[in-house]
Amino acid sequence: MATGPHGSQPDAALVVEHLTKRFGERTAYEDVSFEVGYGEVFGFLGPNGAGKTTMVRTLGTLLAPTSGSARIAGIPLAFETGAAIRGRISIMPESPGLYLRLTVEENLECFAGLYELRDVRERVATALRAVNLTDRARDPCGSLSKGLRQRVALARALLNDPAVLFLDEPTSGLDPVAARDVHALIGGLRDRGVTIFLTTHRLEEAERLCHRVAILNTTLLLIGRPDELRERLFTQALDVRTRTPLPDPGGVFAGLAGVSGWEQPTPGSYVLHVADPDAAAPAVARALVGAGADILSIVESVHSLEDVYLQLVAEDAEAQR
Amino acid sequence: MTFSWTRVGAILRKELRDYRRNRFVIFSMSALPLLFIVLTMIQLFTIKVSSSPRLNDRIGISMLYLLIIPTMVPSALTAYSVVGEREQGTLEPVLITPIRREEFLVGKALAAFAPTLVIAYTLFGVFLGAAELFAQPAVVSAIFERSHVLVQLLYTPLLAGWSIWMGIGISARSTDVRAAQQLAVFASLPPLGLVALLSFNVIPASVGLALGLAAGLLVVDGFGWRAVAALFDRERLITGGRA
Ligand SMILES: Nc1ncnc2c1ncn2[C@@H]1O[C@H](COP(=O)(O)OP(=O)(O)O)[C@@H](O)[C@H]1O
Ligand SMILES: [Mg+2]
Repeated sequence: MATGPHGSQPDAALVVEHLTKRFGERTAYEDVSFEVGYGEVFGFLGPNGAGKTTMVRTLGTLLAPTSGSARIAGIPLAFETGAAIRGRISIMPESPGLYLRLTVEENLECFAGLYELRDVRERVATALRAVNLTDRARDPCGSLSKGLRQRVALARALLNDPAVLFLDEPTSGLDPVAARDVHALIGGLRDRGVTIFLTTHRLEEAERLCHRVAILNTTLLLIGRPDELRERLFTQALDVRTRTPLPDPGGVFAGLAGVSGWEQPTPGSYVLHVADPDAAAPAVARALVGAGADILSIVESVHSLEDVYLQLVAEDAEAQR
Repeated sequence: MTFSWTRVGAILRKELRDYRRNRFVIFSMSALPLLFIVLTMIQLFTIKVSSSPRLNDRIGISMLYLLIIPTMVPSALTAYSVVGEREQGTLEPVLITPIRREEFLVGKALAAFAPTLVIAYTLFGVFLGAAELFAQPAVVSAIFERSHVLVQLLYTPLLAGWSIWMGIGISARSTDVRAAQQLAVFASLPPLGLVALLSFNVIPASVGLALGLAAGLLVVDGFGWRAVAALFDRERLITGGRA
C-alpha cells in the first residue's frame, strides 16, 4: 500500500491534502495530508482534543474545511458533492445516537430508507448478522447495554455497504469485554476488505487493528505502519536487571563493544543503547559476571506504540512551549 | 439529487413510531385536545337561545376553542423536532446520510401535520355529533346555517401548517428544548389571534377577509419549508452553535 501525500494513487479511498479546520480562533487541525488505500484500515491516533472527530466530520461533509482539499471515495470534497459523498460512506459517531424508543430493527429500517435501499428487510438482516445482533432485532434500543448500542450503530453504518467506513472512537466508554467484541467485529470487517478510517486515543487498539497509523495532535506528527513507527523512534536497547545495584555501572558498561550508552532508570535496572541486541548481549553478560553481579535478566526492550505515542505527544507539547 | 419521498417517508414513519411510545407526546396529543373540547362543549350547552342576537357570536367562540387544537398540538411536537434530536445525539447520524434538509424538514412537518389533522377533525366530528344530539335545535341550525363548519374545516390545516413551520424553524435555531417549546407556542398564536378578532367582530368579518387570511396562510404553509430550510444549517447544528 504505497502512500505519501504526493504521487497519489488514482484509486485511493481517501486523499487529504493540506486540510485545515478552524473554529474562529481555535484550530481543530492544521495542514493535514494523508492517503488511505481501498481495503486499508487506517488509524487516526491522538489525545483528546487532537482534532480527530473534527476530521471525521469534515471528511463526512458535515463541516466545511477552512482550507485544503480532499477526495473521498474518488469524489472531490465540495458543497455540491456532499450528498453524493454521504451516499458512498458511512460514519459511526462517538455516541451511537439511536432512537431509544424504537427497536433495533426499526432504527435500521429508518436508515435503510434514508439510503433509499431497495431490499430493506434483507439489508437490515444482513447488517444485524454482521454484528451478531439478529436475536435482539425486536428489542427497544433503550433496553440495550452500551456495548450492544455500539454494535447497533455499527450495523447502521454497514447498511449502505460504504466505500469508506469511519469509526470515531468505536470503543470509548465500553467495558473490556464489550470493547473486545467490537474489536473482533472490526477485525472481521478488515478481513473482508472493508476500508476503515478509525480514530482512537487507545494505542493498543490502533496497533491491533490498523494497517497504518497516523499520529495527530492538531498537526500530523507521524504516519506509518505500527512496527515502522516503533523502529523509527527508538534506538535498539537491552534491558538489564541485577539482584543488587552495581557499585560502579559506568565501569562495567562504558567501553563495552557494541554499547553506545547507558541509563539507570531505577537502581538495579539499566538500559543499554546498542546497535544490535543479539550481538551485544553475550558481551554484556560476560562483563556483568566479571564484575561479580547477580544477573536477573538481560532482554531486548520492546517498545509498544504507546511509547512512540507518549514520546511524540510529549515532544510536541515541548515544541509548542 | 432529486427530492426523495422515500427519505421523507423514512423520517415520517420513524416519527410516528416514536410518538406512539413517547409519554410527553401522547399527553400533549390527548390532554390538550380533551381540555379544549370540554371547554367547547361547555360553551355550546350554556348558550341560551333567547339571547338570539348573540347566538352566532357564542357559537363562533366555542368554535374558536376548537381551533386552538390545530394551533397548539403541532407546536409541542415541532418545537422538539430538531433541537430535541440534537440533544439526544440522534441528529448527527441522520445528517450523515444523503438526506437533504428539505426532505428532513418535510418529513418532520408531515409527522406533526397528520396526527394533528386526525385529532382536530375527529374532535370536530365529536363536537358536531354532540351538538346534533344534545344542543337546542336553534343552536344546531345556527351551526350549520352559517359558515362555521367551513371555517373550521378550512382553518384547521392552515393554522396547523403555520405553527408547524414556526415550530420547526424555532427548533432549528434553538439550543434548548424548553425555550424552543415556549417560543413556539407564542409564535403559533398570531393567525389564531386574527381568527379570534374576526370571530369577536373586532375586525368586521367578511367572506373576503376570511378567504384573504386563508390564502395568506396557504402561501406561508406552502412555502414555509423554504424559509425553514434556510434556517437549517448543518454545520451549526453539528457543532452545537459553538462555532
Ligand atoms: N464546534 C466547535 N467550536 C469550537 N471549537 C471546537 C468545536 N468542535 C471542536 N472544537 C475544538 O477543536 C479541537 C478538536 O476537537 P475534536 O475534533 O473534538 O477532538 P478529538 O475528537 O480528537 O478529541 C478541540 O480543541 C475542540 O475544543
Ligand atoms: Mg473525538
